[in-house]
Amino acid sequence: MTEEEDRTEYAAQNAALHRRFDAVLTEPIPARMYMKRPMWLEYARAASLVAVGLAVGLALPMLRPAPPAALANVTPLPIRAARAHLVYSPEVRHPVEVDAKDQDHLVKWLSKRLGTQLKVPVLTAEGFELLGGRLLPGPEGPVAQFMFQDGSGKRLTLYVTRPHSGEQVTAFRFAQDDGVSVFYWIDKDCGYALSGEVDKTTLARVASSVYKQIEP
Amino acid sequence: MDYNLIVPFIPNLRRYARALVGDRDGADDLVQDTLERAVRKFHLWRPGDLRAWLFSIMHNVFVNQLKARKIAPEVEIDENMIAAPVPTVTSVDVIDLQRALLTLAPEQREVVLLVALEDMSYADVSRSLGIPIGTVMSRLSRGREKLRKLMAGEVSRSGLRVVQ
Repeated sequence: MTEEEDRTEYAAQNAALHRRFDAVLTEPIPARMYMKRPMWLEYARAASLVAVGLAVGLALPMLRPAPPAALANVTPLPIRAARAHLVYSPEVRHPVEVDAKDQDHLVKWLSKRLGTQLKVPVLTAEGFELLGGRLLPGPEGPVAQFMFQDGSGKRLTLYVTRPHSGEQVTAFRFAQDDGVSVFYWIDKDCGYALSGEVDKTTLARVASSVYKQIEP
Repeated sequence: MDYNLIVPFIPNLRRYARALVGDRDGADDLVQDTLERAVRKFHLWRPGDLRAWLFSIMHNVFVNQLKARKIAPEVEIDENMIAAPVPTVTSVDVIDLQRALLTLAPEQREVVLLVALEDMSYADVSRSLGIPIGTVMSRLSRGREKLRKLMAGEVSRSGLRVVQ
């Protein structure tokens, strides 16, 4: 039966449905259905934050003393994070050790192993949900990796490590390794790196949200 | 994204949700969840039919809600095999259209409403629900027929009881 035949055959049914439900069309739309803040404002805020971060990041190396010799042998944070991303993000059956549904346990466990209270950012506004996390070996001890996924199955990983003795505090920086984009920074307690095989703009948007949530 | 692109579709999404879910609050929650998801996933929308895209998001949210309530059939169920969750009906003669709709299996209800109320083509329904056109047509004819019988007062065998 074509659309036209259906419409003719069931004209009475269509009319009854319209009589019963068309009133909804003219009901006032509940206020909550108008999003409070337009998204472009969010993007603008994120972009300006990234711009400031990048500017500081670019200016910093000039002011910084040469790294201690001991560090020369340590693979830089973004490279370690990118490699860990490449190893675990394609996993179909075991992308994480502990699933996001046990998030409380996951955070408690990894915080204990790293010896510092970890925070897991909420990235739903950016379209990513937490899949879970795992413990990884780092050059100087345990490292935490959290994995996020969007509606299309695209994955990002957040690599969190204690900084090495002598590793400098850095602002927001960008690196690329083997097709993986990484935004990273090191504060006095931890080094953070957000990695993904996504374009820089998308990653910057998500990374600035992570940064905002982690750095008080 | 420009949320203003989506706003014009809100009345239709609400009308469809009301008929699909049956109660006002539940329906508006479905619309709200759909809008929030649409805003989050807007970067995944490729210029094309925004209406079909929004209804496809609503379909996914609806299916997830059914799953959460554990009333979603795992497989396509022959309407004669099970008793649908039927609201109490006092007399078939005065059966309310809303109640009659709720006796349809959710996947039939979706197709009937998209065609009858939203006036969608089979191709758009197929895109919105992610099912082949043949499935659209078979669900439509079964749903239409069941609804017609209910409204005509014929007793269906799907568990509807007539209380005199």
